[in-house]
Amino acid sequence: MSSLAVRKTAAPAAGTAPGTAPGRPPRRRAALVPTATLLVGALYCLLPVAWVVIAATKSGSELFSTFTFLPGTGFAGNLTDLNAYRDGVYWKWMGNSALYAGLGALLSTAVSALSGYALAIYRFRGRETVFNVLMAGVLMPPVILAIPQYLLMAEADLTDSYASVLLPLVLSPYGVYLARIYAAAAVPADIVEAGRMDGAGELRIFTRIALPMMVPGLVTVFLFQFVAVWNNFLLPYIMLSDDEKFPITLGLFTLLEQGSNTPALYTLVITGALLAVVPLVALFLVVQRFWSLDLLSGAVKS
Amino acid sequence: MPHTKLRRLVTISVAVTLGATALTACGSSDDDNGAESGPVSLTYWAWAPGMDKVVDLWNRGQGKKEQIQVTVKKQASGDTLVTKILTAHKAKKAPDLVQAEYQALPTLVSNDALADIAGDVDGAKDKFAEGVWQQTTLGSDAVYAIPQDSGPMIFYYREDLFEKYGLDVPETWEQFAETARALKKKAPQTDLTTFSANDSGLFAGLAQQAGAKWWTTEGDTWKVGIDDAASRKVADFWGGLVKEGAIDNQPMYTPAWNKAMNTGKQIAWVSAVWAPGTLTTAAPDTKGKWAMAPLPQWSEDDDVTGSWGGSSTAVTTDSKHRSAAAKFATWLNTDPAALTALAKEGGIYPAATTAQTSDAFAEPPAYFSNQPDFYTRAAAIAKTAAPSAWGPNVNVAYTTFNDAFGAAAKNRSDFGAALATMQDETVADLKKQGFEVAE
Repeated sequence: MSSLAVRKTAAPAAGTAPGTAPGRPPRRRAALVPTATLLVGALYCLLPVAWVVIAATKSGSELFSTFTFLPGTGFAGNLTDLNAYRDGVYWKWMGNSALYAGLGALLSTAVSALSGYALAIYRFRGRETVFNVLMAGVLMPPVILAIPQYLLMAEADLTDSYASVLLPLVLSPYGVYLARIYAAAAVPADIVEAGRMDGAGELRIFTRIALPMMVPGLVTVFLFQFVAVWNNFLLPYIMLSDDEKFPITLGLFTLLEQGSNTPALYTLVITGALLAVVPLVALFLVVQRFWSLDLLSGAVKS
Repeated sequence: MPHTKLRRLVTISVAVTLGATALTACGSSDDDNGAESGPVSLTYWAWAPGMDKVVDLWNRGQGKKEQIQVTVKKQASGDTLVTKILTAHKAKKAPDLVQAEYQALPTLVSNDALADIAGDVDGAKDKFAEGVWQQTTLGSDAVYAIPQDSGPMIFYYREDLFEKYGLDVPETWEQFAETARALKKKAPQTDLTTFSANDSGLFAGLAQQAGAKWWTTEGDTWKVGIDDAASRKVADFWGGLVKEGAIDNQPMYTPAWNKAMNTGKQIAWVSAVWAPGTLTTAAPDTKGKWAMAPLPQWSEDDDVTGSWGGSSTAVTTDSKHRSAAAKFATWLNTDPAALTALAKEGGIYPAATTAQTSDAFAEPPAYFSNQPDFYTRAAAIAKTAAPSAWGPNVNVAYTTFNDAFGAAAKNRSDFGAALATMQDETVADLKKQGFEVAE
């Protein structure tokens, strides 16, 4: 009944000047379902996070015995324990993760930018073939490649080194794909042409003109890669045997799997997992603003 | 456990990528070139906590004299480590020494990853119970590992609650079933224990106690006896209890299980000698209220237990210093000082019989301070451990167990069918891997 009434009042409003509908715009009503869906989705995503946050505050004896969402009293104790565990090896893992994810994402973004730009701007024989091979690479889960990559690294005598984890990350098919799509959309051929007319070299055109235009896309590539490497498990698991070189994912796994005679160190793992999310959240908050950076899109009139 | 899925994913992805490798029957070539001279440095993959401190004892003591230095690289335990070792072995990059669970040894040996160190470990055999040592020889003249820790199975119960409900400690499985039913009558909300379909090792241990031999060889042919009479007896026994609702059917090691243990909703636990450590975290509020007793028996005259857990130290075929590595492995698992350190730092229950009654085990675990003779009794139980018979695809059998028994326990349906599935899948996988299997 009420929806009928709304529709009646809405009809004349739609007839008047668009955007100046009097009173509450009736479209709000229709947004109820999507809003509810999004709320449920947000709850679904945030509930486990809330669990981790609350569980991290519980001491070992409180963890399984008190009500799930009742904060405990052991957060400081957990932090101290984590800090003390094998002389602070956790922070070493954190540093390793930062190195793998930071440097790995940076390198792969650089490679993606160069190759994506080349694939988008230049016309050369085999361009489509190269791109199609890359597309096939996008479809290939990186998990499948871990063992062949390990065997290759073993041939090169590079296993159990930082390079063994970093090198396979440098080429990211998905990154190249994104960069190409973005470069094709954001770098107009006219601008490249104009640069050439003015006598700029190809490298100069790329670094001075195209690269700034590609920044929002590259930020996306960087973030994707960073998160992927930060969460990566199998590649470092296969490559590394020295736990001083482990990233955080692997380190926490060893805390869980200590053999049958030793209980898993749940409180340490939970606190460790919580702290491991902090850099990711911080990174997103800092880098987010680059996404809306679309000032250069009006450089040529369409 | 929440990470079981991850672990399985890792195992599967590694296994899939490794592909079906053509495997030959057990046996490895021994091409160790005589005695070496000069300093030797070895790497050792292990998961036991505090292993680095124990190894320090060697590096500063005997290892210094003999110029053999060992570096521990701490790993996560479990099936995933086996696949990691095999992957490394494919690239000839396996470490010199690895910590390996007993049931993983046949898998490693059939992939030619473990060296036969029989020539370098004279006299070690006498330090271990026969049922334990036999697991490292796989029934041959070779020696593929030195036993480190063992997990003789023990029955744990809430002493106070048994008294409150007027229950006696069951000595046979028959009495165990009666106890479960009696408890259900007196306190319907309480369970004696649970059948956990997540813990294949527990079921394997129970089957061992009943006399099951899951993998045996005759010449080059494997025989799989997962669906044999003994295992069927065990499966039907537990399936019956689950079906009639005398015990719970929820998995162990979950937060819910921890809570049930901590609040007295479950008042007994069929476990192994390492249980005190688990109980300390799972049920912190019930410290001093538990007691241990030998596992219930199938008939009154029996005195057997199974094993759940335990691991060994093995030397890999990729090691260039096998004798040195074998020397270290022997020291680690037979030297009194090393064993005391292992017990203290790593909390392990040593496989070496003399160590089980050493000073390190004079006091009961803190959690069981009410039972001063805890370790004396444990040592006596350890002697009764039934020999176990592992094969090259325990991981497949265990995965099938989790799936088939998981479904059966959840639906309270026939455990016998689940056992048959486990048998079939295990045989099929052995054949697929290229082993000869007797039907």
